[in-house]
Amino acid sequence: MSATILVPAADPEPASGSPLGIPGPLLHGLLLLVALAAFAWIVRRRLLVLRRGAPDPRLDRLGERLRRLLVIGFGQSRQLRYPVAGIVHVLIFCGFLVLLFRSLTLLGQGFWGGFAIPGFAGPVYAAVKDWTGLVMLGCCAVAAYRRLYVKPARYHDRLALRSHGGEAHVILGLIALLMVADAVFEATTLAAHGGRSWALPLASLAAFALEAVPDSARPGLGVFAFWLHNVALCCFGCYLPVSKHFHVITSLPNVFLGKLDPAGRVKPPRHGLPPGAQPGEIGVRRLADFTWKHLLDFFSCTDCGRCSDVCPAYATGAPLSPRQISVKCRDEAYAAHPVFGRPPAGARPELVGGLIEDRELWACTTCRACEDVCPVTIEYVDKIVDMRRFLVDDGRVPAGMQKALGHLEKKGNPYGKPGKKRGEWVAADGGDCGVRVLAAGASAPLCFFTDSATAFDPRIQRIGRAFGRLLRAAGADCGTLGADEVDSGHEARRVGEEGLFESLREQNLQALAAREVGRVVTTDPHALNALRHDYRLGEPVLHHSELLAELIAAGRLRPFALADGRTYTFHDPCYLGRHNGVYEAPRAVLAAIPGLRTVEMAAARNKSFCCGGGSLYLFREGEGERRMGELRIEQAELAGAQVVVTACPFCLINFEDAIKTTGRTGRIEVVDLAELLERALVTAAPPAATTGA
Amino acid sequence: MDIIVCIKRVPDLAEAGLEIAADGRGLRTEDLDFDINEWDDYAVEAAVRLKEQHGGVVTAITVGDEDAEEVLRRALAMGADQAILLDDAAFAGADPFAIATALHACIRSLPFDVVLCGAVTSDGASGQVGGMLAALLDVPQVALATGLEVDGGRARVRHEVEGGLEREVEVALPCLITAQSGLNQPRYVSIRGIRKVADVAIAARSAGDLGLAATAVGEAGSRVRLEGLLLPPAGKRAEILEGSLDAAVATLVERLRERGGL
Repeated sequence: MSATILVPAADPEPASGSPLGIPGPLLHGLLLLVALAAFAWIVRRRLLVLRRGAPDPRLDRLGERLRRLLVIGFGQSRQLRYPVAGIVHVLIFCGFLVLLFRSLTLLGQGFWGGFAIPGFAGPVYAAVKDWTGLVMLGCCAVAAYRRLYVKPARYHDRLALRSHGGEAHVILGLIALLMVADAVFEATTLAAHGGRSWALPLASLAAFALEAVPDSARPGLGVFAFWLHNVALCCFGCYLPVSKHFHVITSLPNVFLGKLDPAGRVKPPRHGLPPGAQPGEIGVRRLADFTWKHLLDFFSCTDCGRCSDVCPAYATGAPLSPRQISVKCRDEAYAAHPVFGRPPAGARPELVGGLIEDRELWACTTCRACEDVCPVTIEYVDKIVDMRRFLVDDGRVPAGMQKALGHLEKKGNPYGKPGKKRGEWVAADGGDCGVRVLAAGASAPLCFFTDSATAFDPRIQRIGRAFGRLLRAAGADCGTLGADEVDSGHEARRVGEEGLFESLREQNLQALAAREVGRVVTTDPHALNALRHDYRLGEPVLHHSELLAELIAAGRLRPFALADGRTYTFHDPCYLGRHNGVYEAPRAVLAAIPGLRTVEMAAARNKSFCCGGGSLYLFREGEGERRMGELRIEQAELAGAQVVVTACPFCLINFEDAIKTTGRTGRIEVVDLAELLERALVTAAPPAATTGA
Repeated sequence: MDIIVCIKRVPDLAEAGLEIAADGRGLRTEDLDFDINEWDDYAVEAAVRLKEQHGGVVTAITVGDEDAEEVLRRALAMGADQAILLDDAAFAGADPFAIATALHACIRSLPFDVVLCGAVTSDGASGQVGGMLAALLDVPQVALATGLEVDGGRARVRHEVEGGLEREVEVALPCLITAQSGLNQPRYVSIRGIRKVADVAIAARSAGDLGLAATAVGEAGSRVRLEGLLLPPAGKRAEILEGSLDAAVATLVERLRERGGL
């Protein structure tokens, strides 16, 4: 076999010809000059848009950035969640890396016949390159077939103002043209040497096809193919930054410059302001109010639709498609800053409130499914919060939410309950759950931060007391802030009411500072996220699933067997899982209950589907055709579960509602992790007795 | 266009446990949260929208002590241009007429095209101040407005009338309009919005400043004397009908029949 491998010689010699009567190298130089000038001009115009953006420090922690570049960027780690498209993309991405050197070689051969890059001139690279070309052609065919015939739903966004799908066909066509042109060029070389081989399948295939061409015409055809390849390459390069395929250039930098702060920490209203300083304007109203990195996100969107495919708002028919936020902003950026000519006369349409409607922004629950799936790490939650900050400042807040926010301001909870009753949950059923209300100056090794749902919602209070009794059973001494606690402000911040969040945070920090407490624990992932990331208290703040797993591991809680014939599944709350990466602790608690039969839903862990509770959705009606909680209960049923275990008050409320509204009462049940564990500690109790201890 | 809007700071009674103060003539306010009266919020929103459409100046006025400044700041944050606090110990214990007297004394010296009031307050619930103030100012009044448009020198007002009906009327300016729920959806006032108007000066006026004798306002100037405040006797607890839907409906029908509801 090795004897038949032929190193493609530069024969026919494009550099020695004179197409159009101009010496080859001169014409080639002109081509390259025009292409490079056009490319540089276009990219410069694009970069000028970024310069208008707000500051955003993104050059810290270079090691971590490099790691992400290698794993998510070059490693394409997020691609395989969609197997077919993912594999095709990984192959095309790798193909580009391989063919980069071939393209440079061919560009060089336009000037000097026989030009070669050291290390990429031997038979090995020739074979790898040729096989790559064949695979690339195959990938183009699969991709085109999918776009034309399979038509996956995510390619057709019901909220798209216009489709950019045509750009994909242009790019696929250009890639295929590059492969074919190179193959023909190679084939004429092969033919001159009279050899085909398995090492060069694509060139051999082309040579087979060219047998019909008379020998005399072959060198000319080779030169033509050579020029076709290089012209197509120049067109390809210049087409990238004017289409959605700009991502080919920007996505690696975009991944490198991605958000390294904890996922759950919302960006400050403006980076680089000294603490305490109040910006004159707050939030994002116009394109230039976004940070430069958020503008780069728009350039980097591949329009793949994965974000909207996993978006619970989109799935329930609400007026939100995260992808369209990127696409609409990019379209507007390109329209307002055209590559050639002056910006169009007249005022641009309103961005927030115009191109991006208020209701679109209010439909988001900040569940972060979109960010978690995005192959190029585009950030959505921070942008949506930033745009909401502008709406709040402008007074444009839905009525139900206004009421909840008003209550938060006046009473420290969204329910409008008197703040002085905040500590009454500990004994609201007449019993004592073991949690002490700490007066100012008191101390406790453990402080239970309840947040508003646990403090005031009668159903959720039961979770708080069940958790308290578990702590007592484990011999843990736990206090709570009582009436001095106010809402964590987590949702206030996420709906854009930064001032209210700051005021609530200060009250809570004062209440904590007035007592001597060790670790802080909460049954509410939203409170966990607020205290850990928004208040920056860090690791001393625990979710109850983490503490319960710890107590079980230490042998302080020993669950009895709980085999009631039912199948249990754990629903990952968004702010526990995707925002804080706590996936194992609740599963460790379930695994510690002997005999408990568990099953995972298809959308588990980071793929979890939001219950619909974020962004104060408990206090207003959504615009979706269905409720997220109902869809999630259906998913649990599909997995064969009769009990959904969760670890978040919002999830529990939404799922209990969904079970009622879909007529599933008695067929499927939802419990909090603490309630389930308590059942497993009280062997004699029947399954339904969640409050007895 | 000059627009005046009269507002009041009221306690939130929805979830509060009410207690009568020691003198038997008021509520214990220690544990109560206060905010702008809901209907006055509609009035401020309507005033600010008129200004946004037609230009002009919005002036917010309230009768109260320094705590009442909070609702004036809120009105400023919503878009009012100036605020006046009628603050005098002599204003204490006023009935609706005495409040209208004080407001009238202040407003008569100001230019105005439209005076807006809430249709009713959530605490006193008399719904009289707007009407009395219109009479004192000698301008036409439209009560319980659910729609408002001003064009030229006239206001076109949609408002509630008896029998669950609504009617549309036209009235010449200057006039007084009281706002009913449904007139608009008031804008949200953010904490930042309040902070931005923290330094706006609020003019304070005493009874003397308004040229009113102490006997003409407050309890002395009232025509209704408050004898005492009583809590209503607690009713029986609500009952939830158990059982299947059919059984619950049957029980409900039976109960209604027993009590003459059917």
